[in-house]
Amino acid sequence: MGQIEASLQKEFKNFKLNMNLTSPGHILGVLGASGCGKSMSLKAIAGISALDKGKVAIGGRIVYDSGRRIDLTPQKRKVGYLFQNYALFPNMTVYENIAAGAGRDTFYVKNLISRFHLEGLESLYPGRLSGGQQQRTALARILASRPEALLLDEPFSALDSYLKEELQMELKERLSEFEGAVMIVSHDRDELYRLCDHIMVMSSGANIICKGTEELFANPEKVEAARLTGCKNISPAIRVGEQVVEAADWGVRFRLNRRIPEHMRYIGIRAHDFLPADRDGQIAVETVHVADAPFERNILFKNADNPGETMWMKLDRGYRQVPERVSVREDKILLLE
Amino acid sequence: MDFSPILISLKTAVFSIVITFFTGMLAAYLVVRIRNVKVKIAWDGFLTLPLVLPPTVAGFFLLYLFGVKRPLGSFFVEYFGVKIAFSWGATVLAAAVISFPLMYRSARGAFEQVDENLIFAARTLGMPEAVIFRRILLPNALPGILSGGILAFARGLGEFGATAMIAGNIAGRTRTLPLAVYSEVAAGNMEGAYRYVLILVLLSFLAVSGMNVAAGWFRKQDRRR
Repeated sequence: MGQIEASLQKEFKNFKLNMNLTSPGHILGVLGASGCGKSMSLKAIAGISALDKGKVAIGGRIVYDSGRRIDLTPQKRKVGYLFQNYALFPNMTVYENIAAGAGRDTFYVKNLISRFHLEGLESLYPGRLSGGQQQRTALARILASRPEALLLDEPFSALDSYLKEELQMELKERLSEFEGAVMIVSHDRDELYRLCDHIMVMSSGANIICKGTEELFANPEKVEAARLTGCKNISPAIRVGEQVVEAADWGVRFRLNRRIPEHMRYIGIRAHDFLPADRDGQIAVETVHVADAPFERNILFKNADNPGETMWMKLDRGYRQVPERVSVREDKILLLE
Repeated sequence: MDFSPILISLKTAVFSIVITFFTGMLAAYLVVRIRNVKVKIAWDGFLTLPLVLPPTVAGFFLLYLFGVKRPLGSFFVEYFGVKIAFSWGATVLAAAVISFPLMYRSARGAFEQVDENLIFAARTLGMPEAVIFRRILLPNALPGILSGGILAFARGLGEFGATAMIAGNIAGRTRTLPLAVYSEVAAGNMEGAYRYVLILVLLSFLAVSGMNVAAGWFRKQDRRR
């Protein structure tokens, strides 16, 4: 129930939104850098941002179709929207906020208050709540209006980082109880990885790839998608043979067990996919810089045999020394276009 | 001492603020909702004009419209049997028109500073526009709206130029406090002018203090939240 289908077009002076999406499965994440149009898309689906043209259907119900001059008001679209700052009404108590969208159904409001662990806070104003409580109130308020789909715009950006992981688990549980489609917009790949079963990657106003979360991280296919999923090392690539690829920036050749597609333009290696190796390691390490984080060691290095651009590797803090040589498992090498 | 200017002034100021308060707020609400930027600028300029024009010029336009033989003036005479120019009603008209932009601009600023996500959120929750206005926009804009109302009230109380143009200076009918001060001075009676001046200063001071008290009360409300 509640699949979201949308084609969204809007043109600005120096930006063009041109998106097509069909939400596969239950929770769809939208990953993109800030300014790529992801929030705008979400707002357009909810009807609070105007489009030039396009089409939006929620659970098969058409709420916007420029060709047929259909443009339902946000009130009639039945889409719940969680704002980045939660947009709780500051002049209303927690109870009044949740009841605002519920009509006369006080029983349901009370039910939501207990389900979202807000008992005892009903008569407080939002300014008195912690970030997590605000988020729960905002979600309860949205569910009180009985939406058919949920749109969450950067749901964790307003929270302290130590709270995030716990609240992400909590949110995941709540979302699993919701029957309609859910879309979560974020620039944080970890957040989307934890919450979503599919992820769509957006870049400059367009949907560049959409696939299952695990598959996307394993094979992002596109350079932009690789960057946004956290791949730190990307180099232009030359297809040397059927199964041999050369990373132009690093002066390294890799032999793969799969056929290299003709349209490959770049290769990517995630920083943690470098493995310390003995003499037979593919790359000789010439350390440029070492930066320690609490639980890992980030090493900026060059290929000592054929120095080119630098690469990043991430090792466990257990490694006291920077290894002399490293290798990469051939299936961890990302071929990108 | 003739007390009629005090009564006339207070009555005029009260009537004009009632008119200005609601029309100014409505105009602000409508202008905020205009999407087309050019149309918005044009309306804003038109509605703010009485504030920036010299009051005598505004009064001239009022006289031009509401004079007995003028389109609006003859309309009122014909259909309502009311002569507006040089009657008490004209003092209200002048005060309302001159103080309107203060109310309109304050209300507009107050509406615009309300986080638009609150309005969007209310819409996605299915709240009708009228309910959104009453329960979200208005309460969150109230401090700005009220201070605009008090400013407009004080301005209406002190209105002189436009009133003189369209209402004249008829003792006991259209002579408000500012006009009474002018008349006393013109007649060389400084003693009489002092009294009226004192009363005007007192009333204006009370209005501004009332604004500060109200602002303080709202801040206290906010702290409780």
